Amino acid sequence: MLLSTAIVMFSLLLILGTIVVKGLPALSLDMITKAPESGYYLGGGGGILNAIVGSLLLAAGASVVSMIFGIPVALYLNIYLTRKSKLAEVIRVALDVMCGVPSIVYGAFGFAIMLYLGVRASLLGGIIAVSLLIMPVMIRAIDEVVRLVPHELIEASYSVGANRFETVFKVVVRQTLPGIISAVLLGFGRGIGDAASVLFTTGFTDRISFSLLEPVATLPLAIFFQLGTPLPEVQQRAYASAFILTVIILVLSLSARFLVSRYGRHMVK
Amino acid sequence: MKNRTHISVENLNVYYGDNQVLKNVTIAIPDKTITAIIGPSGCGKTTLLRCFNRLIDTVDGIKVTGKVLVDGDDIFDPQQDVTAIRKKMGLLSQRPFPLPMSIYENVAYGPRIHGTRKKNELDVIVEKYLKMANIWDEVKDRLHEPASSLSIGQQQRLCLARGLAVEPEIILADEPTSALDPVSSRNIEERFMELKNRYTIVMVTHILRQAKRLADYVVFVYLGELIEHGPSKEIFENPKEQITKEYIKGIIS
Repeated sequence: MLLSTAIVMFSLLLILGTIVVKGLPALSLDMITKAPESGYYLGGGGGILNAIVGSLLLAAGASVVSMIFGIPVALYLNIYLTRKSKLAEVIRVALDVMCGVPSIVYGAFGFAIMLYLGVRASLLGGIIAVSLLIMPVMIRAIDEVVRLVPHELIEASYSVGANRFETVFKVVVRQTLPGIISAVLLGFGRGIGDAASVLFTTGFTDRISFSLLEPVATLPLAIFFQLGTPLPEVQQRAYASAFILTVIILVLSLSARFLVSRYGRHMVK
Repeated sequence: MKNRTHISVENLNVYYGDNQVLKNVTIAIPDKTITAIIGPSGCGKTTLLRCFNRLIDTVDGIKVTGKVLVDGDDIFDPQQDVTAIRKKMGLLSQRPFPLPMSIYENVAYGPRIHGTRKKNELDVIVEKYLKMANIWDEVKDRLHEPASSLSIGQQQRLCLARGLAVEPEIILADEPTSALDPVSSRNIEERFMELKNRYTIVMVTHILRQAKRLADYVVFVYLGELIEHGPSKEIFENPKEQITKEYIKGIIS
């Protein structure tokens, strides 16, 4: 066990080390404050602010969409369906399968939906694909915490005359808020780091765009394009971009921890 | 017993799958007294109590036949509003389960749901019922702290205040002191003695001495059957049934 842990930790450090060692020299203020200038991929000036903004917008949009659909699903599975419900089991298995489906499939599926709706490669298309990708993960994560809510707590709410809806939104959601927050941030993290699902759906642009119907750049694709050039200095920027992405995810998981302890204080054990 | 009947149970049967947990129970629970449901563990005491506020509905695969009349209304009538029935009854469970919110919010939870929204009205309600549950002095300076930060004995009194705040007529208690230390238990028992003039209290207990101390009326349930019921004195001093005698003497448990 110690050996396995050591190997895993070593590999992890190696990955982070590579990103830091190769990325730091190329990291500059320009990287995070400027969009690519002409000839960026041939060593020209500028940065990847377009991709940082695009990725944040995309992941935030997809997280919000998944949350709006995902939280009610997880609550429905646990509170409206009974513990032994066959339907709930079928839905859980389906969600588990969906968690394992490769993200390129969601990309392709999102693309098909976009064609059907007549939307071109855009932030909206990306949000659709990434929402589909992260929703199963988010639902299952929330499902696991809602499942742990003691039945007596629900009964306590019923016993003062609260109906099911009030119980769910005033008691169950409050009790599971820390878990819901971490599930949403888990989804956000998965969404921001995925390249395959956005490949067809968001397109790519060198401009900073805030429009739902315009293509946006994303960090994983920026890394992909930069690594794909033959120029060593541009490749180095790919590592710098990876470093930025890693920092974003680090900030995210730290804030998740902070929020969990902040909102967890009312939890009943 | 001159008191009128508050809860009347007629031929109540409860099945859990193929297993019959309550067999043809018929009792009349008097108003404004403490009724203790006694009997060994797993004999259907809790099930009987949970029929009264229809929490039994939340259990999978349960089937109930017969009638439970509260103030003359059949609560299992499909036309009945379950939330209105439950509002009539406060519940104390074996282990206190405060809601995941502050001490203040726990008490205000019920009244808010039933339409009291103004802060000054809620303040009055919260203070009144925390006092009634004899916990006000301990919490008045930290009303907005999480309820889970209280000791378990305080939590149980908070749960009592929460139940009282919806102005019920009946208090249902399921072994309310079984998780508490002796001092906290006594505190709850004293509350019951104060409250019994205003509320009908039905408590499940398997502590015979507790039933003896508190109850005016006793219901003895054994293996899902109602063996005997009557005024506390009669049951404890002069039980009619052999099995009641044995239980009270401690020959069977």
